[in-house]
Order: sequence, then structure tokens, then C-alpha cells
Amino acid sequence: MIGGLFIYNHKGEVLISRVYRDDIGRNAVDAFRVNVIHARQQVRSPVTNIARTSFFHVKRSNIWLAAVTKQNVNAAMVFEFLYKMCDVMTAYFGKISEENIKNNFVLIYELLDEILDFGYPQNSETGALKTFITQQGIKSQHHTKEEQSQITSQVTGQIGWRREGIKYRRNELFLDVLESVNLLMSPQGQVLSAHVSGRVVMKSYLSGMPECKFGMNDKIVIDKQGKGGTTDDSGKSELGGSGKQSIAIDDCTFHQCVRLSKFDSERSISFIPPDGEYELMRYRTTKDIILPFRVIPLVREVGRTKLEVKVVIKSNFKPSLLAQKIEVRIPTPLNTSGVQVICMKGKAKYKASENAIVWKIKRMAGMKESQISAEIELLPTNDKKKWARPPISMNFEVPFAPSGLKVRYLKVFEPKLNYSDHDVIKWVRYIGRSGIYETRC
Amino acid sequence: MTDSKYFTTTKKGEIFELKAELNSDKKEKKKEAVKKVIASMTVGKDVSALFPDVVNCMQTDNLELKKLVYLYLMNYAKSQPDMAIMAVNTFVKDCEDLNPLIRALAVRTMGCIRVDKITEYLCEPLRKCLKDEDPYVRKTAAVCVAKLHDINAQLVEDQGFLDTLKDLISDSNPMVVANAVAALSEIAESHPNSNLLDLNPQTINKLLTALNECTEWGQIFILDCLASYLPRDDRESQSICERVTPRLSHANSAVVLSAVKVLMKFMEMLPKDLDYYGTLLKKLAPPLVTLLSAEPELQYVALRNINLIVQKRPEILKHEMKVFFVKYNDPIYVKLEKLDIMIRLASQANIAQVLAELKEYATEVDVDFVRKAVRAIGRCAIKVEQSAERCVSTLLDLIQTKVNYVVQEAIVVIKDIFRKYPNKYESVIATLCENLDSLDEPEARAAMIWIVGEYAERIDNADELLESFLEGFHDESTQVQLQLLTAIVKLFLKKPTETQELVQQVLSLATQDSDNPDLRDRGYIYWRLLSTDPVAAKEVVLAEKPLISEETDLIEPTLLEELICHIGTLASVYHKPPSAFVEGSRGVQHKRLPPRAGSGESTESPDVGQSGPSEAPPAVIPSQGDLLGDLLNLDLAPPTATVPSVQPSMQMGAMDLLGGGLDSLMGAGLGAAPAAMPASLGGAPAVGGGLGDLFDLGGGVGMPTGSYVAPKTVWLLAMKAKGLEISGTFARRGGIIQMDLSLTNKAMSVMTDFAIQFNRNSFGLAPAGPLQVLTPLSPNQTIDVSLPLSTSGPVMKMEPLNNLQVIYPPTK
Repeated sequence: MIGGLFIYNHKGEVLISRVYRDDIGRNAVDAFRVNVIHARQQVRSPVTNIARTSFFHVKRSNIWLAAVTKQNVNAAMVFEFLYKMCDVMTAYFGKISEENIKNNFVLIYELLDEILDFGYPQNSETGALKTFITQQGIKSQHHTKEEQSQITSQVTGQIGWRREGIKYRRNELFLDVLESVNLLMSPQGQVLSAHVSGRVVMKSYLSGMPECKFGMNDKIVIDKQGKGGTTDDSGKSELGGSGKQSIAIDDCTFHQCVRLSKFDSERSISFIPPDGEYELMRYRTTKDIILPFRVIPLVREVGRTKLEVKVVIKSNFKPSLLAQKIEVRIPTPLNTSGVQVICMKGKAKYKASENAIVWKIKRMAGMKESQISAEIELLPTNDKKKWARPPISMNFEVPFAPSGLKVRYLKVFEPKLNYSDHDVIKWVRYIGRSGIYETRC
Repeated sequence: MTDSKYFTTTKKGEIFELKAELNSDKKEKKKEAVKKVIASMTVGKDVSALFPDVVNCMQTDNLELKKLVYLYLMNYAKSQPDMAIMAVNTFVKDCEDLNPLIRALAVRTMGCIRVDKITEYLCEPLRKCLKDEDPYVRKTAAVCVAKLHDINAQLVEDQGFLDTLKDLISDSNPMVVANAVAALSEIAESHPNSNLLDLNPQTINKLLTALNECTEWGQIFILDCLASYLPRDDRESQSICERVTPRLSHANSAVVLSAVKVLMKFMEMLPKDLDYYGTLLKKLAPPLVTLLSAEPELQYVALRNINLIVQKRPEILKHEMKVFFVKYNDPIYVKLEKLDIMIRLASQANIAQVLAELKEYATEVDVDFVRKAVRAIGRCAIKVEQSAERCVSTLLDLIQTKVNYVVQEAIVVIKDIFRKYPNKYESVIATLCENLDSLDEPEARAAMIWIVGEYAERIDNADELLESFLEGFHDESTQVQLQLLTAIVKLFLKKPTETQELVQQVLSLATQDSDNPDLRDRGYIYWRLLSTDPVAAKEVVLAEKPLISEETDLIEPTLLEELICHIGTLASVYHKPPSAFVEGSRGVQHKRLPPRAGSGESTESPDVGQSGPSEAPPAVIPSQGDLLGDLLNLDLAPPTATVPSVQPSMQMGAMDLLGGGLDSLMGAGLGAAPAAMPASLGGAPAVGGGLGDLFDLGGGVGMPTGSYVAPKTVWLLAMKAKGLEISGTFARRGGIIQMDLSLTNKAMSVMTDFAIQFNRNSFGLAPAGPLQVLTPLSPNQTIDVSLPLSTSGPVMKMEPLNNLQVIYPPTK
């Protein structure tokens, strides 16, 4: 298991060092600094083996987090734990920076003592941790015996992510369907790969221990219902989705509150949600994706010192909808000496430091088209190596889900308290963003 | 003021000042001081001098302060064992506290203090905590048993903690179950033969129930533990699989990978014609693909594992090629791994797409990545015959770019393409020759020389080209020298009239001016062949070479099986068995896949667990890793005698026992030594027995006792070992491999205290008992010893394979 955990600043100075196992010595701290942080070459692997000791590291801005072990540990678990550690720290004191870590080092040690025991990760849900790691410090005079046992049963319990006795005057929930659409297109307009990775993020402000059921236009569910003939009318189109068609979900993963065995057998998504904001599910689709934009590049090399670039973008969604924050990034060769740009819409600028022409458009409606053309002057070089022509990338935001996912319902049951599903105020929002949206040129 | 101020270094009298502050009456001041101490400790300053003062702060109501003091204790108790005793009372008292959080804290911390005297006091509180009414205390105590076991295993057994721990598997609280499982698994690892985990259908059922309820981490512990269970039949195997599959939808990638491990392992037991088998295969693909949308570090772990899974069961991901396409801003380690998997998945159906991608990659910036992409194009050509032509023309395009490393890499792969499709693409040779001067890497030079030699009759100026390499013969690497020797001999046999001088020159360079035994031996063989029978020489040297087959770099099947059992762990990331990087007894047991209980699979041999995967292993270019498996199974004609080749560079006392010889046996398929050596050995059929028999494990016990034993040869010369001469041989008696040694004392003084140690070697050979030399060895005395060997030692592939290093320290 994890033998030790170190946090370094960008210079390689140790900010936190916690050793869990006897086989990890102080020299491990230095070994990592010398061999990884101060390594002359760029790091080629997130796992490094130095003198029979394995180091796992992740970097958050300038901060290095390293987990050390001498055993055959579960590597995936170590990385998941490091990410979790980052989440917990962020939840406690915001951004992970040298300043924040130094200011909270006592807290971090306390957390590390709690969420990692002898190198085995323990409950690391911030919701639960915050009930008893408070930095208030005074020995629990405030806690009555019941409160204490409530804390421990929550930390170790089956519903470790939610405490009992939560009360809201207004029961309300927000669902955000956040998708990022990824595309790799050949210069000829052939889709080389496209997929949507989506997340359903829920903010729940519900009293008690509500039992929730989430439904969407999942093809498997819809087909099953169609065949069975017993359509679930009550749930249909309750939350704004017109549900015109179903979508094929390649795969999905759920927050640990979702009962996976129930999903596996009935494909129904039921859970008791954590309080506040969390990620209910992640999913991935590859079929029938609506690609919001099409990029048509044209690059012509005129002699050895000039390039002509023309790029057309076409929006491909309902004219009534508006895309926002559109940005097209056209890479330029390293030996560019000057650029002239003409664009029909928005603003375009050559940014020498980024080796790219950046073209920004604030808003664009569906089924429209726009164009940019540029002349790039090149300095003559005797560099034999050809310019690699990185792909043209694009950023945007659209108010729909490119996968076609629709929320059909989210039902809330709380049998012990006297509020019903109808009393809960529900909000749904769809946002589609560009992930890696590239067209080769 | 904020806490970061504690990190700023201050002046000299710091320790003294801290001491005063620690003893201050004011609580706030005390706490500040302890914080300063911890900060100093973190940055590596030695603050152990403050031990008594810090421990004095332990008796406090302030939980935060208490935790800080505990942290200090864990760090320094070992260096101050006597003073650490001062803390015992507080611990014991805290273990009785009303607040469960404090009870747990005490037992948790106490387990981390590795001082024997404290450990004694730990037993009673631990026993109580294991039975505590509060689950939080019990789950902490469960882990504490593992801690205690690490310090004093005997104590844990004597105190009966193991039984209590086993009882916790039936605890009502899922987290307690998970931690108990984790602790037991760890303890079981250091007792490979104890039946500690004692998994049976009832306990498995309990674990599967807890699996649905515990935290994500607990699920990982349980799944990893489940993976070591061996179901009794295919039905049990299926029912476990059914209950594990829902985990594939968990948001935590480690849970997913551990579930994949269980499924991959238990699938072995399912009959292939079962419907469920097919369903399971289909269910595995989507979660594996989803892992690729995780953070890059996890993607890396996932890709390393997918690489194994694709080798074991290619059908799972065969339609998912696209997801392995490289993204422009993937980190380099992700890119390289994706490329590997792309080649493994390449098939006739998707080759066009793959090639288009590879061509893109070959123009990227990162040198390693570009090289690998170029190499991948070559491998596609070899793997998918229909694409060979397109691959070759792509490679030619790349050679035209004149980027140095691209050209060299392309030439190396084109050589392999020639080996696979002889007499098909020779038209490109002219282009290759144009780039001769730019080659500066040995591998590329060797490949080019091979091509020139192989096709000497079609290259008009082949003799000039080869001659140009000959000028700097001594500066070339062995690889190039060997290749040059063979190429010139080939050239001579093809065009004997013009090249006589050249061949003389290279033979004398190889045999007279070289220190390298391989080169010398090869030179002599050619020389003798040419001088005794040129016709035979022609038959041998220009013999038709066996075609190379498509898959390269496959992991050797037994290792692959073991790695599949370690999915998700470091072993699967390194592609090495745990014994290769874990010290001590932990993880040294070799895990195996369960034997396939196959209905309708009569073709399979019953000893699958031993000899590899059920599918006939594809023939592999025995370039690197695959000789071991062959050696253990094949009854090869062994070298006539074990040739001693004590290299001058060796350290005193370490010797190259079986050096030489075997690599030539294996040379048949080696690109580097085509057709040269094997034929020569084939001509002189070797005596049966010797090495081949030694490792003929299958026929082990029944071996006649009078089997062939090679005569002893001198392994270590007296002058190199302070007067101890060792000669020896290997024999097999009653199924046991023995090393027979004759030790001769050629020094002036008496030698005693003999010991022997084997370095890691290809066969896992290790002494089965100590070396028994009873008498002190007086000068000029010789004694014979026989050392029984076992093959259970750590395995590491040696170059050459049969290289066995034995350290034999004569201590006087």
C-alpha cells in the first residue's frame, strides 16, 4: 500500500511529508526531487521507479503530489486517491497553491491522518470529513454522545456521503447536463473520430434522506418500455425534454451513491443524493452526435516564404439557438514573420507568442457561415524539417446537448417527511462545450 | 498572521527558544510551538532533541494539539524508544475515552509507533478496540492488526488477533469488513502458504454483499481480494462474475480495473460456448474505453493494462481502434502507449485508417514518438500483408524527408519487411543506399549492412559499400561488426572473384584483432567452412531463411498470465512480475490464472496453467523475451559442453558459468545471425542430456540416474580468485538439479567459511540448501561438493540467456 505521501513546491522543497510505512525513509523525499522534479528531461511517465521504490505523481499548477511505495500496490487506486486528495484540499481551502498549503499544513496533516491509514485509503467524502475535521480543535465538548455516534456511523456507514437531519424550507434541485464534444476531422471533412463525454451534475437542496430516481432518453430503457407496452407516462416529458428520440449510450459511470446492481439489472438509476453539488453520472456516446460546427480549412503554400490560409466555419443547429464564446485557433509556422487577416465576423489577431491566429466571435446563430482568410509571411530557413501543421482547433459553447441526451424525469420520494415529488422545484439546463475539437489541415 | 510563517527559517537558537515555548503555561503559545516543530520536521530539520518537551504537551483537551503531538511521536519514537514509553499512559487512557474518535485516534497512532516496549502495551487496548461497539473504532483497529503484524508477526499470532480479524469479515458494517479484508490480504501475502484468507463460498458471499455497500476504496480492497479466490466450478465462477459486473459502472477507475481483473480471471473458467461468456466479453469493452477519458495519469495506467488485455483477449477491443488514436495534446506517455495498442489492434479491416494516422504521427515533434510511429508502420506491413505495399511507399516518403532519425528508423523496419516478404520490394534498395552516409546508429547501420549483404548480387557496388564500413571496423558496435562479417561472407559466396581480398580482411579483423568471443567464434566458423568446403558454406550461409511472423514484442505467455492476475497494480504498469521490483517475501508468489474448465475444447492441453495460453501461441521473432518459455519446454540439442568464458572485465569471483553456446542454438531465427550458427551445430549432433535435460521439467522424476553429465570444466581460475580454483558441472539426480563442484585451494593459507550466492538468472536457479564444506580447505587440497539447486529463485532474463552468475566469496 501507499508508504508515504509528499507534497512539493515547484522548486522541489517539501511542504508536506507524511510517512505511513517503515520501508520508506527520509531519502525517498530527496530521491523524487532529484530524479523527477529536478530531472533535466521532461517527465516521461507518471510512475517512476527509483532504486526499487515507486513514485506516483500528479501536478496541480506548481505543486507536485507524490505517493511512494515499495510494494506492488494498486496503481489505479493510488492515482484515484491523489486526485481525491486534491478534491478534498480544494473543498477545504480552495486552490491548491504553495501559499494555501503552507497556511493549512496542520489541517492537511490532520486530513492525511484520517483518510489514509497505514496507506489504505479510508472514507474521503468531504461531506463526512467536514463533520468532524473542523480545525476548531476543542475536544468535542459540543458533541453529545449521540452526535458522536452519528458522526462515526456516517463515516463508516453505507450512506457515507450524506448526514441525517438535513432541513430546507424550500426543496429544490438543479440538474446540469454538461457535455463536451470531441472531434477529429480530416482536411477533406471526414470524421476520424467523434465522441461526446457528458456529465450530469446535480445540486440538491432536499430535506431528510430523499430517495431519487433519474430517467433519461436512454435507448435501452425506451426500447424496453416500447416493447413491454407499459409506458411510464407519469415520468415522460415532465422536465422539459420533448423526448423525440432516444440515444445510445456507449458507457456510463456513476457517483458512488447510485445503486449499481439495480442499474445493472433494471437499468434504473436510483440513489440517495449527497447534499449540495456533486457529479451524478458521466457518460460517453459516439453515435448520431450533432456536430455544432464544421471547419473547412484551405492552406496553400506559395513558394517558400508565404502561406495562404482560408478557413470557413459553418454552424449546424437550429437557427433559433445561439452559440457563444466561439474561438478558432489557426496554428502558424514558427518562422512566421508577419500576418494579414481579414474576417467577415468577430475579431482575429495573430498571436506570435502562441504561434497562432486566434479568431473570436461572440455569438453565432444556427445554420450560418463565416470565413477568415490570412496571408502568412515566412522567414526563409534552412531547417530541413517540415512544419508539422498542427490541427486547427475550436472552442464554443452551445445551449443544447450534442449527444441528444434529454432528461425525462427526476423523481424525489421522502416517505418520512411530508413533502412530495410535486413540491420539489426542479431546474434543468443543457450546456454543450467543445472538448478537443480539431480539424487537420 | 498565517501558518505559513512557520516555514520560514530562523536563526540559530531556534531549538532553545522552542523548548521554552513548549514549556510555556499558555495553551496558545504551546500550540504555536508544536506547529513550529512540525513545520521544521517537514522540511527535514532534526527536532528530535525536543522529544520530552513535545511529549509533555500530549495530555491535553485540545484535539488538534493532540494530533500534532502524535504526528511528532510517530516520526521520532523510534529514535528515542526509552522516552517514548512516557507516552504509553496517555495512549492507554485515550483508548478508554468516551469519544469513539479519540479511542480510534489512540489505537491508530499507537500502531504506528514501532517501539517494542510500546507494542507490548498495545495488545490489550487493541483487543478491546477490535470488539468496540463503534464501527469507526473497529475499522481502525482492523488496520492496526496489520500494523502490529508488520512490527511483530509472532505477537499477533500468539495473541490470537488473526482469528478476531477473520471474525470481522462477518461484521455488520461494510467498512469494517473492507478494512479487515485489506489487513488479512496483506498479512496473508507474507505467509504464502498459510490458509489465512480461507476463502470459501460463504465468505465470498459475505464479501460480495459488503461490496455493494462500502466506500469506493473498500470496494477495491474486496475486489482485489476476490481476485485471489479460485472458484470451484464454472457455475460459481459465473455467479461471482454476475455480481461483480455492476462495478464496471463505478466512477472510480480503480474499482473498474479491479473488477476487470476479477472478470478476466474468472472468465478462464467459463466454457467458451456459454452465452454468458459472450455477454461478458461484450460488457468489458465499454468500461475499458471509458477509462481513456479519465485524467492522463490514470489513462496511462489503463493503457498499460489494456495492452495486456489485448494480448490475452484481442476480441474484446477489436472494434475500438479509433479511441486509441493519439490526440495532439496527450502527454507523451499516453501517446506512446496508445501507439502500442494501435499496432496490436491493426487488422485488414482497419489498416487504411491506422496507416493514415501513423503517417500523421511521423511528422510530430517528439523524437521518441516519431520513431515509434515509423516502426509501427513497418510492423503494420508485417502484420497485414495487404497493406505491405502501401506501408513501404509510406516509409519511402518518410525517407525522403531526410530527417535523420526518421530515415534510420525506416531502414530498420524495412529490413524486417524484407525478411517477411523476400524478393518483393527490392526496388527500394537504391533509395536506401543513397542514405548510407547519414546512418549513425548501430541498429540502423546493422540493418543496412544486412540488406546490402542479402541482396549483394543486385547491388552493383556492394563491395564498395561494405568496404567503406570496414575502415572503421574497430569503432563499430558488436552488432554492426557481426553483421558486417556475415554480409561480407555472403558477398564473397555470391561474387567470389572480386571480393577475395575483402573477405580475408574481415576474417582476420574478426578473428585476430577482436576481443569479442562471439565475433571471433563466428569468424572462425566462417573461415573453416570456407576453407574446407565452399559448397557447404554456400548451403549454410545462403540458406533460405525462415520467414518472420507478424507479432513482435509479445509478452511471454506465462508472464502474461501472471500479469493478468495483477491487473490494476504496479506489476501491470511495469509489465514485470512483482518479484522483480518488490523486496522481501511480499508478492513473490507467482499468481496463475485458473485452469480452464473447458467443455468442448478438447484441443487444449491439460497443463494450461503451466505452459501458457490456451490458444496456440503465435510464432514470434525470438528477438528478446520469448526464449525462456521455449527453453523450458523444448528438448533442444544442447551445446556439447558448457563453454567457460571468463571475461576479463568480470569482477573477481563472479563468473559466467554457462557463457557462450546457447545463443547460437537459438540463432536460427535471429535476424542478427541468419543461418550461420545453427547449421554448423546441426552438422555435429550433440550428445543428449546436459542442459536440455536439466530443464526438461516435464520428464522430471522418472529420469534414469545414469543420465549424461558433462565433465567438469574450470569455471574460475585460481589466479582470479585469490587462489581458489573452482571447476564444476551440472547434473540431475533423482529429478533434482545439482551443481557438482570441485574446490581446490591453490593458495598458501587455509580457506574456511564457504558460502555461495546465485545472482538472478533466467531459470530461477538458486541453491536449495547451504553449501556444505565441512573441513577447512588446506593448501593444495581439493574437495568435491554437490549442491542441490531449485528453480524457485527469482527469475530475470540474462543476456545471453544461459548466463548464470554465481558469487562465490571465499572468505579467507
